[in-house]
Amino acid sequence: MSKKLLAASGIAVYAFLYLPLVVVVAYSFNNSKLNAEWVGFTWHWYQVLLSDDTMLKAAGNSLLIALTASLASTVLGTMAGYALYRYKLKLLPVLVMAPLAIPEILVGVSLLIFFVAINLTLGLLSIMLSHIAFCVGFVAIVVRSRLSGMDESLPEAARDLGATPFQAFRLVTLPLIAPGIIAGALLAFTLSIDDFVITFFTAGVGASTLPLQIYSMIKIAVTPEVNAISTLLMLLTLFLIVVASRLSPDSIRGR
Amino acid sequence: MAKHLGKWLISGPPVLYLIVFFVIPTCIMVLASFRYAGEYGGLAPVLLHDASGAHLNLTLESYQEFFSDFIYSWLFIKTLVYALVTTFCCLLMAYPLALLIARSASKYRDLLVLLVILPFWSNFLIRIYAWMILLGPQSAFSAALNGFLGIFGVGPVRLLFTPFAVVLCLIYVQLPFMVLPLYANLEKHDPALLDAAQDLGANAWQRFWRVTFPLSLPGIYAGVALVFVPVLGIFAVPDILGGTRGIMIGNLIKQEFLEARDWPFGSALSIMLTIGAMIIVGGAALFAGRRRSGDV
Repeated sequence: MSKKLLAASGIAVYAFLYLPLVVVVAYSFNNSKLNAEWVGFTWHWYQVLLSDDTMLKAAGNSLLIALTASLASTVLGTMAGYALYRYKLKLLPVLVMAPLAIPEILVGVSLLIFFVAINLTLGLLSIMLSHIAFCVGFVAIVVRSRLSGMDESLPEAARDLGATPFQAFRLVTLPLIAPGIIAGALLAFTLSIDDFVITFFTAGVGASTLPLQIYSMIKIAVTPEVNAISTLLMLLTLFLIVVASRLSPDSIRGR
Repeated sequence: MAKHLGKWLISGPPVLYLIVFFVIPTCIMVLASFRYAGEYGGLAPVLLHDASGAHLNLTLESYQEFFSDFIYSWLFIKTLVYALVTTFCCLLMAYPLALLIARSASKYRDLLVLLVILPFWSNFLIRIYAWMILLGPQSAFSAALNGFLGIFGVGPVRLLFTPFAVVLCLIYVQLPFMVLPLYANLEKHDPALLDAAQDLGANAWQRFWRVTFPLSLPGIYAGVALVFVPVLGIFAVPDILGGTRGIMIGNLIKQEFLEARDWPFGSALSIMLTIGAMIIVGGAALFAGRRRSGDV
């Protein structure tokens, strides 16, 4: 009896997890201004989206920020991951984990005070710098886990055969951990393009991103255009996450 | 020497970056909580210059303000209650799911875990927005519920912009954080233990409460910590779904920074929140440690 009960409650929880997202996607194709009853199929809201200049501008900003932040945090995060694996360090593990452990709002407000204190105008640059700060830890964790799964004797063999430490790293270690680095970069890209809380505090009035744009639309006037952009954003995230999980199966559990 | 050089070259840049963009901002926020608010928002200068020279311009006013009005402590308590209810409901929902995954055939497990993870990689705002649609007055869910309540003569209830909506959505966004550590723990249980219990005459109920549940306590503690702490600082969920009755401490912090522009008070609230979370987690860890050593 308990087996059936278990299966039934498990299915109910899966339904709870997915039903809300299915509803968002379904209403993006609904030929009605209200998210209420199903009227008929339409591409209308996607057309509205494509001619919405503020939304396109925000999408452009989001992509630019996510590309820069993922690139920079992949370099810094790979260095941090390698250092965590290779050396016994005291400060770095704390620095890497702390931003992931404390509530996001605190990271957001402290960065806001910091940028104002150093007289940096809030905008694209302040958002990028903030995103790099919280992405480094994720990349470092993914890279380190890839490194600890690597056969240590391989770079050692290269050294025995006369490779310099740098050659051993570049020609042996790096290709071996490349999937972990790429997975880390994809995660950083996803985290950056999805981030709302930290962006909300560090964006100022000048720059908008997709999540900020979605927020203001939800707060002011909800139309199914929000569903359309949500659906596209979910598709993009889904794609990135599935690729990342193929490259490094443990990586996506980190968030 | 060369080895040390390599160590510094590799760990230096990330350490430096995180010091500049995490440690220093945090320190500035702690200092900000002792400063006066600027006349036009922001912060007043730390040093004041007058005839007698420069002197520090710091105050405990923000902390005094916090304790002077019970409304702030009340908001903390309310946030705590929301977080507790959320954590408890997550545990109730996550346990059967984690158990189901752990006991299903090993070839399906990775897929079932991936299905739990995927929704929480979708955008945070989209997940909140989904509940805005589901709980809205015109939704099928609201209509069905009110139709059901109508049978008993209970008037139509509003779901959106209520504390109920906030807690429901908090459960939704936090649920995977409970499932994953629970599953990681349950998966490692030796099935032979349950067989042994059965051979000794334990029924299904006894097998669960006397074998599975006690062994899963470390997973439960990990899940509780992962769900509970982030809830304390959330502001987007109550901001969108809570209306005026559903606000939490995160909303007040946001308001102090962006609307009221009283940064010292906002910083003080943030620090109180951090300290509160640390005390609770530290206390829970102590409690869990004692329980575990007491069991042996």
